[in-house]
Amino acid sequence: MSDPLFEYLCRMGDNTLVLGHRVSEWCGVAPVLEEDIALANTALDLIGQTQLWLGLAAEVEDAGRDADALAFRRDVWDFRNLLLVEQPNGDFGRTMMRQFLFDAWHLPYLTALMDSKDARIAAIAEKSAKEVTYHLERSTDTVIGLGDGTEESHNRMQAALDRLWPYVGEMFVGDAVDSSLQERGLAPDPASLRPGYDELVGDVFTAATLKRPEDDFAHKGGKTGARHSEHLGHMLTQMQWLQRAYPDATW
Amino acid sequence: MVIERPSIDTVWGWLSEVPDPEIPVISLTDLGIVRDVAWAGDTLEVTVTPTYSGCPATTIINLDIETALRERGVENIRLKRQLSPAWTTDWLTAEGREKLERYGIAPPRPAGGPEHCPLCKSPDVERISQFGSTPCKAQWRCRACLEPFDYFKCI
Ligand SMILES: [Zn+2]
Repeated sequence: MSDPLFEYLCRMGDNTLVLGHRVSEWCGVAPVLEEDIALANTALDLIGQTQLWLGLAAEVEDAGRDADALAFRRDVWDFRNLLLVEQPNGDFGRTMMRQFLFDAWHLPYLTALMDSKDARIAAIAEKSAKEVTYHLERSTDTVIGLGDGTEESHNRMQAALDRLWPYVGEMFVGDAVDSSLQERGLAPDPASLRPGYDELVGDVFTAATLKRPEDDFAHKGGKTGARHSEHLGHMLTQMQWLQRAYPDATW
Repeated sequence: MVIERPSIDTVWGWLSEVPDPEIPVISLTDLGIVRDVAWAGDTLEVTVTPTYSGCPATTIINLDIETALRERGVENIRLKRQLSPAWTTDWLTAEGREKLERYGIAPPRPAGGPEHCPLCKSPDVERISQFGSTPCKAQWRCRACLEPFDYFKCI
């Protein structure tokens, strides 16, 4: 295993990078202008956070790479993001459900990271948490509005929840990288955030008249890089093509 | 030509004339993103904190600071990025808030929404979206004059 801190920072940066790219795919084609703007801003925040996380990862690695090199020159098996964030957008409801399931983990996780003994990690978490507060507010409102909306919107949101729920569990499964950081006081135990998460999403599902799936089976392999879903590779062909075709291109 | 090392106060004065690239009615110091100015030997160090981590204006802001200082004869400049404490709209100056309002952007308030419509001053306003035309703004609408307007949101 490579340096656990480098691995860890790639996980944080790859989550925001892959989700940021996915959300940016809505730019110009969202259902209404306000949603288009909201999604584009969310994507922008996430890409900005990626620069901070992957920038620090590159600094820690000290091998002459920078955030761009990590984002655009790694292959799919080197990505360390959660499987949830690489799932395709689907319809608008599924995109917002994916966002909510992620935000509801992201904000408490960043809040815990603000106590990290590594001042650089704590500073990125502090900066990001302010932005993610708005993401969670909006995705919560949207999930409730569409879940408790028309019969059509309700059915779509329930279908989105049923489809994405198997990707929730991975956020709370720790491994040797997590333990290494936890022992040094750098990051929290992922499992410690599960009770708060269940409570938060439970309240929102109730308000949204949505039913939490009974089976907590969880797909794994994204954050370890062992087994990404087929979707990530396709996404990278879009995201990376320019730097792959014209290495070091600038404008 | 002899160039004297300008005082820190003088440099702050220069920076207060550099406009924000996205909302040019307010300056970088109105915005509260310049955190420190100090001499380190012959080098002038300016510490800047980003508003939002993905704000595309950040690189332009750094360029504008450097340009403004070079125009006044400062040769050695080092721009430092400081993330923590994270920028907050509490650091907007009172003057900056007034300039925003006059420009048609409702200034941020701890209550979480605008005091009134910046155009007709009616307090009868509603939120359209937490997000707006730039990362720092939200979209609101006035129920009295029916105009949409920007609100500089709290962070
Ligand atoms: Zn009005």
